[in-house]
Amino acid sequence: MSETVTDVEYEPVVGMECHAELLTNSKMFCGCKNEFGGEPNTRCCPVCVGMPGALPVMNKGAVEFVIRASLALNCQINPHAKFDRKNYFYPDLPKGYQISEYDVPIGVKGWLDIEVNGVTKRIHIRRVHLEEDTGKLFHVAGDDSHVDLNRSGVPLMEIVTDFPPDIQSAEEGRAYLVKLRAILTYIGVCDGKMEEGSLRCEPNVSVRPVGSNSFGTKTEIKNLNSFRAVFKGIEFETLRQGEILNSGGRVIQETRGWNDAKQVTFSQRSKEGEEEYRYFPEPDLVPLFISEEWIEQVRASMPELPDARRDRFSAEYGLSAYDAAFLTENRALADYYEQSAKLSGDPKSAANWMMGDLSKLLNSSSTEIGDCPVSPEALAQMVGLINDGTISGKIAKALIEEMYSTSGVPLEIVEARGWRTIRDAGAVQAAVDKVFAANADVVTAIIEKGLVAKRGFLVGQVMRETQGKADPGEVNRLIDAKLGLQG
Amino acid sequence: MALTREDVKKVALLSRLELTDEEVDVQTKPLNDLLQQFEALLALDVTGVEPTSHSMPVVNVFRQDEIKPSLTRDQVLANAPEARDGCFVVPKIIAE
Repeated sequence: MSETVTDVEYEPVVGMECHAELLTNSKMFCGCKNEFGGEPNTRCCPVCVGMPGALPVMNKGAVEFVIRASLALNCQINPHAKFDRKNYFYPDLPKGYQISEYDVPIGVKGWLDIEVNGVTKRIHIRRVHLEEDTGKLFHVAGDDSHVDLNRSGVPLMEIVTDFPPDIQSAEEGRAYLVKLRAILTYIGVCDGKMEEGSLRCEPNVSVRPVGSNSFGTKTEIKNLNSFRAVFKGIEFETLRQGEILNSGGRVIQETRGWNDAKQVTFSQRSKEGEEEYRYFPEPDLVPLFISEEWIEQVRASMPELPDARRDRFSAEYGLSAYDAAFLTENRALADYYEQSAKLSGDPKSAANWMMGDLSKLLNSSSTEIGDCPVSPEALAQMVGLINDGTISGKIAKALIEEMYSTSGVPLEIVEARGWRTIRDAGAVQAAVDKVFAANADVVTAIIEKGLVAKRGFLVGQVMRETQGKADPGEVNRLIDAKLGLQG
Repeated sequence: MALTREDVKKVALLSRLELTDEEVDVQTKPLNDLLQQFEALLALDVTGVEPTSHSMPVVNVFRQDEIKPSLTRDQVLANAPEARDGCFVVPKIIAE
């Protein structure tokens, strides 16, 4: 066989299969607590460890969550959905089968919109179905693996994109997941914590020459536990498959794991033909009947969705498209913003502080907005202190840091630190005079050579002289007057 | 459409049953007899009959989303052939 080396440019075609653990109190088919972490095998009962004779009973709350998610994803609801058995042997699956939905899932034919580089694209969703999660396997040293069945039977929702796939780049894949997570967390059905595995994403990637309509052999990527990993994983697979094809090779259909440390995918196991799951209707469960009335009831309880909220933030608070999208990326962030915007009466300023200093503080301490030490009330009060002239914007930067580290009340910190703006006009004038005397050369350059740009330097010096406590407007006015720049 | 020995071996593998060659021979006939009985059903005219997965006209048997007590860990692990560190012990799954 002769190997031809080519230099074709390839683009990815990506299907997404996502699993979301539902935020119910109890498991899918038994009353064991649905919770992350904890001591192994402490939330188990005969049903979820698969004791012979134990019978499952459907959790109504979980079914309702899937109806809610299906509606939020613009799906049609199958009134006669049912559960099936998916049979396979694996040590994390105690019954030897997973209760899932095969041919009649709860939600079908949905979509969500993503925005990439300012362009909106519709990603079609084939199905949304309900199943149960498996237990967890730990690979310990030696020849053993350990099994913890706390997760066994946790309600799991699977969301699969349609074929042919709409997602055609790593960035679109990431955007899809970001939007899906936003929707699921908004409607409160999943906490979206990818690092804890409550939202898992398995993209299948194939490549084709740019502009072609053909489909190549696909690989499925597992263990992607962050948005970044999803982006990098798709990107890596695109390059890897392209290189194989360009060097005359053939892509093998297989499951590949993601190694986050090395930023590569690796072969996990080859799919030797289609696995035979021998699906059949679950005899232990009667079918569902989802009436129009039930659907309408769920629809009526639906909160505002991310896209609607983003549009409303733009219209109501005058935010740019970018700011509105950023602040509505998750519900906790949007709730925080909306509260501080209303309390401060200055939505634009509240947005700026959240997107700037507060985001930086949260990022640098890896803190979620829900655990932010600065309350929306405190942020609003700080914005108020700036707006009524109590403090300068410069001081506010120091203030928000202290609020963040101490959870203190802004006004109390300002008083304790003596950060109030100097009201004594004489004191500010004295600082201006002092700065002019010390920087005579700059003053001369401005007045004689017309280097007005250097004026900012003087403002900075006065602010420094007053330790940032002078009112910048006042400082500007006094400097202009002294330079003779006032009209 | 009779089952061959290969089919029987495959079904045995899927069911994790270890069959000797003799056992495969012994099982092939009864399995084919069983399938033949199902084939009789294929002769029925089911035009206009809604597919069903249950014989009872019952739907939506739910429980409310409420937490019930679980077993103790000792109870959970009581039947495990081998348990360690509060976990079931199984043969290593993925070779590193």
